[in-house]
Amino acid sequence: MSAPRTFLAQRTTRAASAGPRVHTGSGLFARVGVGLKPEHFRDVLEMRPDIGFFEVHAENYMVDGGPFHHFLGRIREHYPLSLHGVGLSIGAEGPLDEAHLDRLAALIKRYQPASFSEHLAWSSHGGVFLNDLLPVPYDRATLDRVCEHVDRVQERLERQMLLENPSTYLEFEASTMDEAAFLTEVIHRTGCGLLLDVNNVHVSCVNHGRDALAYIDNLPLATVGEIHLAGFATDRDAAGAPLLIDSHGAPVDEVVWGLYAAVLARTGPMPTLLERDNDVPGLETLLAESQRAEDLMPALDDPGHCGIHWGCS
Amino acid sequence: MTQALFAAALLAPDLPCPAGLRAWNGSDPSARLAVYRNNVVSSLIDAMADTFPVTQELVGEEFFRAMASVFVRQHPPRSRVLAHYGGEFAEFVEGFEPARTVPYLADVARLERARVLAYHAADADPMTAEMLGVAMSSGEDLGALQWVCHPSASVVVSAHAIVSLWAAHQGDADLSDVDSAVPESALVVRPGLDVLVTRLPPGASRFITALQSGAGLADASVLAAGEAADFDLPNVLALLMGHGALISVQFSGSRSP
Repeated sequence: MSAPRTFLAQRTTRAASAGPRVHTGSGLFARVGVGLKPEHFRDVLEMRPDIGFFEVHAENYMVDGGPFHHFLGRIREHYPLSLHGVGLSIGAEGPLDEAHLDRLAALIKRYQPASFSEHLAWSSHGGVFLNDLLPVPYDRATLDRVCEHVDRVQERLERQMLLENPSTYLEFEASTMDEAAFLTEVIHRTGCGLLLDVNNVHVSCVNHGRDALAYIDNLPLATVGEIHLAGFATDRDAAGAPLLIDSHGAPVDEVVWGLYAAVLARTGPMPTLLERDNDVPGLETLLAESQRAEDLMPALDDPGHCGIHWGCS
Repeated sequence: MTQALFAAALLAPDLPCPAGLRAWNGSDPSARLAVYRNNVVSSLIDAMADTFPVTQELVGEEFFRAMASVFVRQHPPRSRVLAHYGGEFAEFVEGFEPARTVPYLADVARLERARVLAYHAADADPMTAEMLGVAMSSGEDLGALQWVCHPSASVVVSAHAIVSLWAAHQGDADLSDVDSAVPESALVVRPGLDVLVTRLPPGASRFITALQSGAGLADASVLAAGEAADFDLPNVLALLMGHGALISVQFSGSRSP
């Protein structure tokens, strides 16, 4: 396994609005962003909301032309961008899809995102794409493979990536370490950063009977480059225990808001994405919800807080 | 517990839950696997519903989702880019016994799939009237001119009134006025940001596909006239120009204008 490597963070060249900015390891400013949905393209350009960044799913833009590229190009002129992959299948047993990496590299070259992130999960097997983020066992063999894959991604894309903690519904008898230890080891070995999805923390901890704050405190929080917030749905397992589903189809839950505040207290201000992929409301509703996250950011009056320095743009 | 077994179980609801999975509270893991099974199949059905909204309206949501659930298990995506998904759907619909009573359904699905492909196709500026004029007055053999179609352009040929049926579901016409047994062919093209769907006159679909395979104007016209005696070349050229379906004209062996 290769030694830990350091990647220079990509710096955004402009922020969406004037004022002091906090740079973070991901290259995004410590502000709140929202997922960019096609139904909001025109509203974004007309309203030009004061928001920290937009995030897109990379695979939606792996097309030759058309309105997606037209609008993303125009919106990118005014906002920093976070490129979030959902199809790289970093946790796959098989090798990474080099053609997919090429497509990611082309998107990064074209749109110069401040951050690229992917998931600790797999989504393809045997040439079939399953369109879901599927769980991996936390054992040595998987650890070695995931590290090889993250190494390859960072080498091919010539930048640090952020790896997102997953929402999971099952555990594996083969697992020999817990999720936080697994993530910590991947981050230590590869030099990637952590995309801390606070909703996923809550969902997985409820689904597996863990304590969310203990889980968070076992993560390498100094490597967090971005936080995700989203909503979940509630189901029951075979024993009647709550089983939370990472639906991205509801407002952020109060419990998740509480965890988010606890995370910010530990990390200081962080680029934070409000994710909404299903039952997407109007842009103004999303912006109002995102404002709550911005309001929770600790007061930016302590430049030395958690080692994050004042922006110099 | 390999990913092959896990993947197979996701797409086959009758397969038992793979061994090696567990839940913290000792509950039956198959109830938890069901979340993944539902995520995979439902999200793919949702993707199909996004691509084929009129197909869904024609048979109703319940029928469509049942049909699509069979399709997504038989033809899961081979691409990680979902915009490419659904290419086999129209053929699947043709062979789907419960849909036999709706003979035009597969061709409406073809039309909707063509729209999605056009939406995401490469961009190109349509040929202008000035460019056309230059070519026409160049003194070159007009019959040998090769007309280059827009990269988003395609035709869908049908024995059914697919354009009228589709248009009725956009609120552009009254469905009760549509005689579905009238053959119609569609031009689908996206010259700017919007995808255009147009009913083609007789012979035009043959003419366009001939151009797309590199035939010159004369050869393409002969092929079109062979299919439809009343093929009207000036009318069809005007239609193609009017819809931004041509991007350039070149003389064999050289690029111009």
